[in-house]
This record gives sequence, C-alpha cells and structure tokens, in this order.
Amino acid sequence: MRIRHVIFIAALVAGFAMLALVGCGGDETTTTTAAPAETTTTAVSEETTTTEMAGPSGDPIMIGAIVSASGPASPLGEPERAALLMLEEKINTVGVLGRPIKLVIEDDQSNPTEAVTAVNKLLQQDKVIAVLGGSISASTLAIKPITHAAGIPLMAMAASNAITADPIDWVWRAPPRDALAVGAALGYIQKTMKLTKVAVLSDENAYGASGLADIEARAGDFGLTVVAKESYKTEDTDLTAQLTKIKAANPEVIVVWGTNPGPAVAAKNMKQLGMTQPYVGSHGIANKAFIDLGGDAAEGVIFPAGRLLVPESFTNPEQKAIVDQFVTAFEEATGNPPPTFAGHAFGALTLLLDAIDRAGSTDAADIQAALNETTGVITPDGVYNYTPTDHDGLTPDDLTVVQVQGGTWVLAPQ
Amino acid sequence: MAAVLSFLKRHSAFIGFAVVAMAAPLFTQNIYYLSVLAFMGTRFMIVLGLNLLMGQAGQISLGHAAFAGIGAYGSAILTTRWEVNPWAAMALSALLAATVAGVIGVPTLKLKGHYLAMGTLGFGEIVYILLVQFKWLTNGTDGISGIPSLSLAGIDFGKPQAFHWLVWGVALIMLRISLNLVDSRVGRSLKALHRSEAASMSLGVNTAYRKVQVLMVSAVFASIAGSFYVHYVHFVSPSSYTLTFSVILATTVVIGGLGRVWGAVWGSILMMVLPEFLRQYQDYTNLVFGVMLILIMIFLPGGIVSIGGAADALRRRIGGASGRSGGDAAPEGGS
Amino acid sequence: MTFDQFLQYIFSGITTGSIYALTALGFTLIYNATDIINFAQGEFVMLGGLTAISLYEAGAPLAVACLGAVAIVGVAGIVFQQLAIRPLLKAGILAQIIVTVGASLAIRTAAMIIWGRESRPLPPFTGDTPIKVGEATILPQTLWVLAVTLVIVVALQLFYRRTLTGKAVRACSVNSGAARLMGVSYSWVVLLSFGMSAAISAAGGVMITPVSFMGYGYGAMLGLKGFAAAILGGLGNPAGAVVGGLSLGVLEALTIGALPIEGASGYKDAVAFLILLLILFAKPQGLFGGRAVEKV
Repeated sequence: MRIRHVIFIAALVAGFAMLALVGCGGDETTTTTAAPAETTTTAVSEETTTTEMAGPSGDPIMIGAIVSASGPASPLGEPERAALLMLEEKINTVGVLGRPIKLVIEDDQSNPTEAVTAVNKLLQQDKVIAVLGGSISASTLAIKPITHAAGIPLMAMAASNAITADPIDWVWRAPPRDALAVGAALGYIQKTMKLTKVAVLSDENAYGASGLADIEARAGDFGLTVVAKESYKTEDTDLTAQLTKIKAANPEVIVVWGTNPGPAVAAKNMKQLGMTQPYVGSHGIANKAFIDLGGDAAEGVIFPAGRLLVPESFTNPEQKAIVDQFVTAFEEATGNPPPTFAGHAFGALTLLLDAIDRAGSTDAADIQAALNETTGVITPDGVYNYTPTDHDGLTPDDLTVVQVQGGTWVLAPQ
Repeated sequence: MAAVLSFLKRHSAFIGFAVVAMAAPLFTQNIYYLSVLAFMGTRFMIVLGLNLLMGQAGQISLGHAAFAGIGAYGSAILTTRWEVNPWAAMALSALLAATVAGVIGVPTLKLKGHYLAMGTLGFGEIVYILLVQFKWLTNGTDGISGIPSLSLAGIDFGKPQAFHWLVWGVALIMLRISLNLVDSRVGRSLKALHRSEAASMSLGVNTAYRKVQVLMVSAVFASIAGSFYVHYVHFVSPSSYTLTFSVILATTVVIGGLGRVWGAVWGSILMMVLPEFLRQYQDYTNLVFGVMLILIMIFLPGGIVSIGGAADALRRRIGGASGRSGGDAAPEGGS
Repeated sequence: MTFDQFLQYIFSGITTGSIYALTALGFTLIYNATDIINFAQGEFVMLGGLTAISLYEAGAPLAVACLGAVAIVGVAGIVFQQLAIRPLLKAGILAQIIVTVGASLAIRTAAMIIWGRESRPLPPFTGDTPIKVGEATILPQTLWVLAVTLVIVVALQLFYRRTLTGKAVRACSVNSGAARLMGVSYSWVVLLSFGMSAAISAAGGVMITPVSFMGYGYGAMLGLKGFAAAILGGLGNPAGAVVGGLSLGVLEALTIGALPIEGASGYKDAVAFLILLLILFAKPQGLFGGRAVEKV
C-alpha cells in the first residue's frame, strides 16, 4: 500500500514536471519553405533605403497574432498564417527600425475562449507590442477588451461592425467592415437593379447576424423594404422551408448573408423551388468553394468583394503592382493563390509595420498616434487612411460588385 | 503522536496529492503553465462529479457540459448584468444547476443504458441550443465579456498563483468530500445499486432518490467549476459547452478509471497534459482521445487507476500459481 | 399557410427525413442483432458520402463511385465491429456505449484530417430539374432516396422471412442463447448485421450528398436524429424506423414553416431532442411498440 502511494505521488510530480518540459517545445512559429528573397514594395521598404547589407540586428520586435489555424474557421486562419509568415520572412531581410521582427502566432481553434487565453499569453509572457487577430469576429470581440485595457494596439482581421464600435482607441481594422459590403450590395440593388422589395436569408452565426442587423437598419436609406427575413444554421443541409416562407412574401430580390456551405445550399434550393428572383450574396462567398458547391445554381449570383477577385478591376496601378507581387509571393510560398483572408492578414501586418516605421519607436502610444495618421497605405484590400475617429480606413470605392459567370468571376453588369 | 502518524498514514495519498497540487505554482512564474494547471483544477472538479455518477452509481451522462455551462453563464449574467457579488452568483448558479439536475434527473434516471445516455445527451443539446438562441439573455454566439475576477478580503484572485490556490483548494475539498462519500453509507448504497438495482431496492435502498442525489452533487461540482473558469478568463461563449466537450468529459472519467475516485485525478491530468504534447498536431487531438478510449475499454477497462491492480495480477501470474486468491484485497475508495 | 406551401414543407421534410430513416434503419439492424446502440452510426452516413466523392473525383463513373462507396463502408462497418465491438460483447452496456462514442469521435476526426473541413458536392443521379406538384416542387434525387429506401425495407423483410440466414438473425434477436444452441453462429450474425447496417447508412449518405453536400461533421447530428427517429418509431422495428425518420423530418420542416419566429431554424434541432426526451419519458416503446425497454 505504501509503495503504491509513493509511486503514485512520484508519477504525479513527474506529470507536472512533464508539463513544464513540454512547454519548452512546441514553438508556434513554424517557418514555411524558404522563398527566394524578392523585394516587396510596401510602404515600409521605401524608408529603409539606407540598407546595411548585413540585414537587421538587435532585439527582435515582438508581434503577436491569433488566427484560427484549426477548428471550423481554419479556411480563414491557415491562409492568414501563411501570409503572415511569408511577410515576416521578407521583412526580416531589411527589418524595421533596423531590427528584425518576430511573430508569435497562436491558434485559437476557432474558439473565442481560447483566443482570450492566447492573448493573455501573448501580452504577459511574450510581451508583444501589438496583436493581429483574430480570424473570426467572435474571437476579435473577445480579445478587444483585453488589449484595450492593456493599451496595446490590436489590428483586427475580421469583418463584424462591432469591432470598430466604441471604444476604438486601441483597435484598427484591415478588412472591409461589414457595413461597406452591405452598402455596396444595397447600393447595387437600388441603383443598378432598381428593385425595392428585399428578402433576407442570413446565417445565425455572428457574421450573418451582424449583416442582417446592418441591412435592416439601412435598407430605408437605399429606398428598400425588407419584406421577409429568415435564418439558418451554418450546417443546415436544406433551406427549402425557409425559402418557401420567403417566396410567399413575394420579394423582388433575395439577399443571402452567410459563409459556406449555407449560401450554396440556398442557391441550389432557390433553383429547385423555381425562384427566379436575383440572388445577392455577401463577401462571405468570395471564394472558389461557393462555385464548386453551387455548380450551375451559382451562375448569376452577385456579391460585393475586394478587387482581388477580379484583378482587372484595379483602377490604381500602384495597387495592382503590390497585389501582383503579393499573389506571386503567396503562390510561391504555399502553392496556391491567396484567398481574400490572406490579403487581410497581409494588410494588417503591413499597416502595423508602416506605423511603427513612421513612429520611429515601438512605444504603444507612439504607434497609436502613427496609426491614426496613416495615409495612402496600399494593400490588396484597398488604400487606407486612418484618422482618430475612423479606424476602418477604407471607402466604398475599395469594394466592387462581382458576378459569377462561367464558373468564375466578372464585374457585375453596371 | 501515534494517532497523528496513523492519521497521516491512512490519508497519505490525499495529503501527498494535496501538497503536490498546492506547491506546483511555486516552481514556475510562467503565466501560461499556471493557467493550464488552474484549468486542470476546474476540469478535475467536473470530472470528479461525473466519476461519482458514472463510476460509483453506474449511470452515464453524455450531457454534463450543460451543468458547467449553467454555472458559467449563471455567474457571467448575474455579475455583468445585475452586478451581483461573484461569490453569491456562484452559489446561485450552483443552486440552479442542482435544481435543474433534480428536475431532469427524476424522469431521466429512470431510463437505463442507452436510453439514459441518449436522454442526457438530448438534455445537453437542448441546453446548448438555448444558450445560443436566447440572445436577449446570453448574447448568443458573441458571448459575454467583461466578467470580473473573484476577490476576497483584499486578495485578488485574478492573479494566476492566487487563482491556482483558490481553485485547487476548493477542488481538494471536493475530492475529500467524494472520498468520504464513497466510504459512507450513501457510498455503499450507491455501490449496491450499481451492482444490482433490483437487489438493492429489495433491501430497502431508495435507488431513485440516491441516483438523483448523485446527479445533483455532480451538477453542483460542474457548476462551480464553470463559474471559476469564467471568473479567470473573463469571457464566456456557448462554443465551450458542446456535445464534444461532454464526450471528452465522459472519456476522461473512463480513461482515468471508473471504479475509484482517484481515477478522476489521473484522467484529468492525462487529458489536460496530452493536448499540450499534441500542440503541433492540434487537429489530431480528438482522434487520439477516441482511439485511446477504445483501447482502454478493450485492454484496460478499469482505466489508468487500475494499472496497479492489473500489474499486481500480472506479477502474480508470472510468479506462478500460489495459494493466493485472484482478487485484490485492498479496500475500494482510496484513502 | 396555403396548401402548396404546406406541401412544399412536406417535401422538404421528406428529403431530410429519408436520411434520418436510413440512419434509423441502420441503428435498428444492429440493435436487433446485438442489443447495442451504435453511437457511431451517423459517421457511416458521412463516410458513405465522402467515399463516393473521392471515388468520383478520382475518375470513377457516378454509379460505380456510389455503389463502390456503399461496399467500402459496409466493409468498414465489419472492420469496426471486429476491432471495437467484438472484444466487448461481454463487457456490459456501459462499456459498449463508451466504445461507440469514442469511435464516433475518432472516425469524425479522421474524416476531417483525410477530407479536410470544406463540404463537397456530388452530381445528382438523374439531373436536378425539379418536378412540380401543383406549386410545390420535389427533386428527382429525393425520389431516388425514397425509392431506394423502399427497396431496402422490402428486401430486408424478404431477407428476414424467406432466407435461412435472415431467420437465423431473427432468432438471435429473440433469444441469442437458444439460437446458438440451435447451431446459429452468433458471431457471424453480428458481423453481418454491422456490415448491412453500415452499408445502408452509407447508401443514405451517398444519395443525400447531391442534395445537400457532405462534410466531415454531418454525421454527428444525423446520428442523434436517426436515433431519435428510431426511438420514435419503436426501437427494433425496421418499418417503424422508416416512419419515424420521415415523421421527424416533416416535423422539423413544419416547425420552421409554422412558427412565427424568424430565428426558428435554431430551434428546429431542439424539436428532435424534445421529441426524443418526450418519448423516452412517456412512451419509450415509441409509436409502434417494439421490444421492451427494461430487462431486469
């Protein structure tokens, strides 16, 4: 009996000790296969022309990132991570303020509670000077109060409007906010389609709920009436019941706000029910997956998106150059073209580094001031201008409206 | 003096464990490790209760995440909306969890085997759906943030080390209660009803009452654990209380060992440490859990805690036939 | 609600309900032979769909991909039974439940690793031009599912009543000890039941994928709802399983249609669980009786 207990206690101690040892391994930043060092024409490199050929030196600038590399949102998080690592490697050929940067990338597993644990670790243990993240709005909203209380800049990569609702002192956003996408969609319905009766089918997750709330609030501004609204859960496999209810209200156009696979199911169901109304989607379907799933039913679907989807739509040649370089570099690093989410991550880090460079320091207050003066920074998502009151930085011009035709995207008819 | 020594000897396992658990935070300043240890404590509380229900009373619950969720959301809502004192909120939430357990337990625990498993699963799912749908109360999938830390008499339990001692202090109390319960009259009637419900009923054991009692105790443990968790993370969302979590809880109990309360200790440690090893292969974690569960059920059905007994039996068999009987003479229930 | 709308809800309900029916049928087969409820049943539906997709994407013609998937998953069911169930046949219900729960988790995660997280499509068997019934429409694929389900049910009945093997299986479900004394090989019966059950569920998965895609997570909910359907119809009764499945699907669709709440979809899942609990508490034998719930 005694011996057994001694062994038991010893095993317990060993268990705790193992835990301590384990933490030493498992470093988060795995480097991707080395891509040849191309010069990037981000705003940063223009400043560091006085290059020491030896590269940056000194204490690395610690930057934290939280992405959903696993869990349901990993289609967002994995490309973001790839983009961040790729950019880190390129930046470290010249460094920022003469110093290299070090990204500590945590995985929140698509769970906002894990995101909170992760941000606490980044702030207290890794002592990062800024945080990028999260991939999903729920995680971003969960960590926002923490970075705010700590007075650390947060570069958001998610779309929900609430992220840049008060207090905005310490959060800036890279991707276009939901409101921009909603504005683009509703504007298109009003001006180009010239329709007024709208039905909304939205996902019940945070993304869809946010879109729905925005549409309802602003429909009147565009001369539109919401005649029916229904919702579905992301994994629902059949939406004919909801669409039957919608059909009964005689709408002129159906707006579907959600992320895959729901909108694809909706497209197929609409076809099945013989609904001929036009389908206007959200930027959540700005990916190949929607076309693959929807097949024939995806033809003709219209939605707002960043210009990355239809490269001919770039009107700013400087932006086109940057985007081309980004696309090439991403393809080299990962073997796939970059989805829009990769562009968000690229943009978030670029904006942060630009601010650090202009501030000339890594002090939080200096970065904050520099971010608020951001002008004309170009990323795949658009051209950014932050002010103390506008932490979204983009305008409706940065979005365009596209249509699915022949299994790919073209500019929607004007 | 002899009395003290014999007391120490009888409870050596408990005392040893308590010392290790409480001393752990002295060996590291690393906030991340401290939080893992603290979460091990809250996980342990839930698993302890579930071990009583599944191991001692022989019932099964695939919906236990719901009780942790009730504690978590109860604390979250009461402290953020109505600024109720966090301790009072914890107590109220535990009371709610116990009530729900009582109400749902009466009809559910009449079921057996698969029906019981499914009934508890259905209950757990309904609670999850309510957490997501009742946006006016729970904020739905957005979750509730800004939950305050616990504090008492000037001690701020938001600090990792203080929190660790608080959580493990309570967990050790729960462990002691469980160990005593198992050795008590209540514990014996639970064991009897586990072996044969009909027989124990014929001997005057009020089996229905006992089963509901254990469910309520396990619900209270889970609720308190949920409350502690949100007061440390300061955030709650429904995605923490899914069916998968309930399954992992049941898995933890089984892998640790159903027959003894100490199984809960082994299970909790293993199931919290393992994902840390699998950090690089996050996605594989559940696969490993599932396969481990199957392997344990086939090869070591008593769980980790029975390794000692199995090793003994093996040793005896290797040592050749002796006059000893096959059964382990040690009393059940730990010390 | 107009009649046409009502009819449309019925059709929606039948589409999802038919898959619940096939899943419930799978449960019933295994339960009848072994008294075990296979918590991993839903995963066989999922595996059927994903395997068919892989075969099709690898170049197989649609029919070959579908039939091949059914066969492969049927074999997988047998392997599952040999590896995880057989060692535990004497270990008691708790152990069996836990093993199938663990297996469900493992299979689902493995599927996620193999096939990734995104849902994937499959082309419909005979096109997707909807068939109009009045103002309501139904997909040809749904008719396929119904037809195949009917064929399966009839085939099962013939198998049980007219073939020697089928009678042996029935004998085992009534009294396995006596059956063994009469020379029936119990282990073969169990093996056969698992294989058939997995194949039938896989068929469901294959047929529903053209309608609603397939992803690694689809099996979890399906398993739960399939079980609810099986209990609704009376556990152990194959015809009851089918009726239970279709009824559950229709009830879910009508919940969305009839409830004036706009967020009703989230509550739709609650319907299945509420029904499950109600039946368990009030009338565990389900609609069509079946085997007694309690054995002392």
